[in-house]
Amino acid sequence: MNPSPQSAAPVPRRAWLADLKRFAAFAGLRLVALFLTVMVGVYLAILIANMGGQVDELRLVQIRSAAAEAVREDPAFRDLAPEERNALIQQRVQLEIERLRLDQPFIIRSFDYLYQAMRLNLGRAEHMHSDSGAREVRAIIVERLPATLLLFGTANLLVFGVSIFAALRLSRRYGSALDRVVIGLAPTSAAPAWFYGIFLILIFAFLAPILPSGGMVSSPPPEGRLAYGLDVLRHMALPLAAMFLSAIFISIYSWRTFFLIHSSEDYVEMARAKGLPSRLIERRYILRPTLAPIITSFALMLIGLWGGAIILEQVFNWPGLGTLMFRAIGHRDMPVIIASVVIFAYLLALTVFILDILYAILDPRVRVTGGRR
Amino acid sequence: MRTWREAGRQLGRYPSALVGLAIIAFLVGIAVYAVIAIPYSEALGLWRGGDQWRMHPVNARSAWVDRLTGGGQSRTMIVSSSAAAIEEETFAGGRQLRIPLAFDYEYAGFPSEINLFFSAAYQERQPFVRLIWHTPDGEVVSLGGRRISREDRIAISQDLALERRLGEVPHIGLLAEPGATVPERARTGSYELTVEAILFEEAAELAVDLVIYGRVHGPAGTDHLRRDLMVALLWGTPVALAFGLIAAVGTTLTTLVIAAAGVWFGGWVDAIIQRLTEVNMILPLLPILVMVGTLYSTSIWLMLGVVVALGIFSAGIKMYRAMLLPVRSAPYIEAARAYGAGDLRIITRYMIPRVLPVLIPAFVTLIPTFVFLEASLAVLGLGDPVLPTWGKILNDAQTMSALYNGFYYWVVAPAILLMLTGLGFAMLGFALDRIFNPRLRAM
Repeated sequence: MNPSPQSAAPVPRRAWLADLKRFAAFAGLRLVALFLTVMVGVYLAILIANMGGQVDELRLVQIRSAAAEAVREDPAFRDLAPEERNALIQQRVQLEIERLRLDQPFIIRSFDYLYQAMRLNLGRAEHMHSDSGAREVRAIIVERLPATLLLFGTANLLVFGVSIFAALRLSRRYGSALDRVVIGLAPTSAAPAWFYGIFLILIFAFLAPILPSGGMVSSPPPEGRLAYGLDVLRHMALPLAAMFLSAIFISIYSWRTFFLIHSSEDYVEMARAKGLPSRLIERRYILRPTLAPIITSFALMLIGLWGGAIILEQVFNWPGLGTLMFRAIGHRDMPVIIASVVIFAYLLALTVFILDILYAILDPRVRVTGGRR
Repeated sequence: MRTWREAGRQLGRYPSALVGLAIIAFLVGIAVYAVIAIPYSEALGLWRGGDQWRMHPVNARSAWVDRLTGGGQSRTMIVSSSAAAIEEETFAGGRQLRIPLAFDYEYAGFPSEINLFFSAAYQERQPFVRLIWHTPDGEVVSLGGRRISREDRIAISQDLALERRLGEVPHIGLLAEPGATVPERARTGSYELTVEAILFEEAAELAVDLVIYGRVHGPAGTDHLRRDLMVALLWGTPVALAFGLIAAVGTTLTTLVIAAAGVWFGGWVDAIIQRLTEVNMILPLLPILVMVGTLYSTSIWLMLGVVVALGIFSAGIKMYRAMLLPVRSAPYIEAARAYGAGDLRIITRYMIPRVLPVLIPAFVTLIPTFVFLEASLAVLGLGDPVLPTWGKILNDAQTMSALYNGFYYWVVAPAILLMLTGLGFAMLGFALDRIFNPRLRAM
């Protein structure tokens, strides 16, 4: 961490343009790399899922039911005898199998699956359907995604903001009682959010019933946009608190330590010696050079939280991807489960991508050397 | 070795480390006790449930909950005919028995259920029994009669006719104060259930157990299948510790070895390892575990295998790599090379030991993560099908809406054990962290 923030002189217009170009190149490169990564990841997921030939059986079932339905629906075939109709269905199934190359070895077809999955062409659910009645896995997932994003986005931003703020304050009062309390509480983060969720439900929904124990809105949902929003907020309070509790102390702890290390750097000492106000020192001399690692650790936390989503949502009956996945397990609905894996992979990749972009914006070295870190 | 001893000495200065160690020792104690007291096969058999639990109450709370809520709730009482003074009268071709099943009821609360279990030995004609209930102040309630097969039970609590007659469920109505419209307290005193049996064969035998199920059972309580939760609480400990430990060892060691190999060989090996790590970061662990659990089996060993397999190329590789890179060019490695040490020797004997102290705290703090992972899977309904674990208790509680029904003990006990495990290892790990690497933590 050598570059002194003071050397950042105003950049001329041309250089700024060149910067942008380099930045775009960097972002493009990262996007391609991440895309490849997701592809490998999804391919691995397909391999795992197909180890028992499950995906194949699944597709055969789908083809058969689709063919049967098509023949049954078509008025032209209504007068056929059952045997003839069955033969027709069989023939169509055979055609479809050949069209989808299901008679080919798995290795070749696995790339076809990969292609479908990457295009988010996720097929049809076996048992489940979206609230609007669609059987398309994509429709089901799209319906659930906003709830997950709302809850987890809010929680992550909250944890991130509060812990950075608190860590800065604590690192200034190193060794104070409050500091020691936070250090002492850090091990409580060993428990995941759903675990705290159980206790919060126990306390605030049953022992002192002031908040709803689960769900996203009351039933029936309140009229009016404002009332609706407030109701959602009320339902969000407990899951938010659970996530906040489980993540806050550890992140304050680690960032406090981090700031402490960096506030003993020479250039910070020099700024202090010059008599700069401590707020300015914090902002310009501690925060700015350490922003990149902070963002990294934020993203790692995000990735960890995505994983916990399934159970937290299940505990709070939050109608997001996690609950969806839980239901899919219950129904053994493979297309939905595989699609959830793909969606989670995409979400993770998106997280990493945003992280990379932020990194590039924040870290001057990325701009200077054009994508080589 | 001096570093280790030094670390041990320093550890004593951290109270949190000592507390953590105490908790871990306590858990290990429970684990050892569980494995010795209830052998593996017996634990599995007990947890499978069934008739062996028939004398246990359904959803009885634990003793400590009873203590907290003021006490006075009933315990299970078993009155056996083998201890009763049986009056016998022989007649031509059979016997008439009068079995007084007397008990003192001393609890303010009502029982949760009353059942009678018969075991009869006869050739052809089933014995006939008649039940008469005597309350402490001499009231007599006839509970009717019926024929008894070899292994039979009379569920007095489910006698609907009796319930209509008493105006209450039998296990409340039979013990209620007379005259009270809404019975609040049970009448204490000596009760007797007289079983008058007629055996129609000379050689026939009859034994009967009266079970007055309590609302409190032992230190752990029971679940909806009458199983004593103690079995799962006890046996959950070795399972959780073993799972956490094996998973932590498996992932950290492999990760370290691979990171070291990548650093040592450099070039394309390193590049591949780096790329694999990035791919692995994208792979969502829990959904994949869920997928594997749904498709193949929820055996705890398979889950463990997947966790370790996916944990090999974890984000830790990046951290170890950063630590190992300067080690690679250290003079002592140069020296080792000079005397002709092979790649494997350099990696395992020179590079890995160098970063091991940094690994220890991370390793210790990793254990509870896996313990909770196992619990998480169980809560999702993907717990091991046969093993009794903490997570499975939570899962049962969740499916039976324990919180909604007020069975708090069902959730609290396994949760506290999980929390203790988490806290114990985390406290130790944090202290170790401060001892071994004061600066590295935040990097």
